[in-house]
Amino acid sequence: MSNAPVDNGRRRFLTVATSVVGGVGAVGAAVPFIASWNPSAKAKAAGAPVEVNVSKLQPGQMLRVEWRGKPVWVVKRTDEMLAQLAKHEGQLRDAASENEQQPQYATNQHRSIKPEYFVAVGICTHLGCSPQYLADSFSAQVEGVPSGFFCPCHGSKFDMAGRVFQSVPAPLNLVIPPHKYLDENTILVGDDSGAA
Amino acid sequence: MWKNLLDWIEYRIPMMRVANMHALQYPAPKNMNFWYVFGFIATVVLVNQIVTGIWLTMNYVPSAEGAFASVEYIMRDVDYGWILRYMHSTGASAFFVVVYLHMFRGMMYGSYQKPRELLWLFGMFIYLALMAEAFMGYLLPWGQMSYWGAQVIISLFGAIPVIGDDLTLWIRGDYVISGATLNRFFALHVIALPLVIVILVFLHIVALHEVGSNNPQGINIKHPKGSLKEEEKTKYQIHEYYTDKYDIIDDVVPFFPHIVLKDLVAFTVFCAACAYVIFFNPEMGGLFIEPPNFEPANPLKTPEHIAPVWYFTPFYAILRAVPDKLLGVIAMFGAIAMLAALPWVDRCKVRSIKYRSGLHKLNLTVFAIVFVLLGWLGLKPATPTFTLMSQISTLLYFGFFGFLWLYSKNEKTKPLPARISK
Repeated sequence: MSNAPVDNGRRRFLTVATSVVGGVGAVGAAVPFIASWNPSAKAKAAGAPVEVNVSKLQPGQMLRVEWRGKPVWVVKRTDEMLAQLAKHEGQLRDAASENEQQPQYATNQHRSIKPEYFVAVGICTHLGCSPQYLADSFSAQVEGVPSGFFCPCHGSKFDMAGRVFQSVPAPLNLVIPPHKYLDENTILVGDDSGAA
Repeated sequence: MWKNLLDWIEYRIPMMRVANMHALQYPAPKNMNFWYVFGFIATVVLVNQIVTGIWLTMNYVPSAEGAFASVEYIMRDVDYGWILRYMHSTGASAFFVVVYLHMFRGMMYGSYQKPRELLWLFGMFIYLALMAEAFMGYLLPWGQMSYWGAQVIISLFGAIPVIGDDLTLWIRGDYVISGATLNRFFALHVIALPLVIVILVFLHIVALHEVGSNNPQGINIKHPKGSLKEEEKTKYQIHEYYTDKYDIIDDVVPFFPHIVLKDLVAFTVFCAACAYVIFFNPEMGGLFIEPPNFEPANPLKTPEHIAPVWYFTPFYAILRAVPDKLLGVIAMFGAIAMLAALPWVDRCKVRSIKYRSGLHKLNLTVFAIVFVLLGWLGLKPATPTFTLMSQISTLLYFGFFGFLWLYSKNEKTKPLPARISK
């Protein structure tokens, strides 16, 4: 047993140094536990793009496809529906699509590449329910607007370009997924590389 | 022989010392009334949940493909599987009934006030862990309401600015709720959170026995050492852990058997009520098990009306009342945080509602009514009338804490008696 006096400075340095090194080790050890919660390679692969053939879609009809497990709507809008878009802009939260809920090429009044085809993720921006497509009974929700999307969960309302109405819980317009036209009648949802 | 065995054990682990300190010689106020049975009952429900839960995992398959079918298998093919599952599902709802009554008792008799602040906080942490536990458990049957309820709750985290979307992706482990989400919720539901809850319950009881049980009069039974005359002290044998530090007044009884026997009477009534639900009304009219949950989860079809299970609905109503996503989430969590802050919001020194002002009685009554009303509104669809009612109720909910903070500083209280009773 040595009776040398305690060197407090040395003791404090060793305590702090050991704690810091141990702390770094703890952070490092936490990485696998946290990172294992990320989507796995399999989940990422399942999120691949989806091809949609719209040749049989009639005006006013909606087609639902699944992309990354989410419902994606493809609606062929009628001319009346497109004409209506300009009429109720005063009742919308974000009529000009200023929030980035859509790719650059869908930042327009009809929020799509071609005016007649509307492609959107059919999930309410409030809490993730899937709104209902009311092709001709929407005026019960918003007077004077014949068609739109109504979320049954918390009453959020969207027009035929997926733009959200004021005074509803949903804060943002519906999300437009990245997509592009492979040819006249085929849309690729989930990939827009090479598109303008 | 028996005595020798006990001595042999006692020399190596303090079995009798702990039993004496925390039960046989624990000083409990003799006026503890019916409101004081819920702590005991909650502990029994916790044991029920753990035991039935372990048995359910023996046949449950935690995968998106197998979960729903395995629950039906338990219900139909496993001997007595239905009773195990209904004991577990009824136990979950019963747990919240008991916990809400337990919390309301604390609010009535000021059990959160000094020196029981930490005790109250441990209770709030148990409540939070219990909500997480119940939420994750509800996903496991993989029915429509399991799926869409989880979808709604996980989306709440998406309201957080900047990191929101990445956070929800990380919680789900997929772009949607999938088998990955189900499996991690299963792991948390059966291992992680039960461990946390058991540890918190242990700390809750340790903290309770350190500061002592409150009572309906809200007055102390422990007095400074040397302040009581010999004839004022209790004649019961109280553990020296307490009598070394305090003079214990003659208004106490030992926790065992006096309080435990009373708790057991309440427990039999409670069991009868649970047996009614388990045998005759296991879905409780769609409150305990919601009708859409008899349909397997379908990511492409949202049920007409999504409502969480009844015990979340007061906070769900607050969430929906606010017409802004982030503020709604803040209000919802704020509603729980305000409860946790109660020991510091209430600045009154008198604990029991019996000796507090008429204003306080009114305020607490309104709060209780508003809480139940919010719970009812949370089950209803979001029509304009119900939304307006939710908004008014939300204001009154937060108003309770605001008013309390204002008037409790200089509240006109009644004089406290020196003794619980002569």
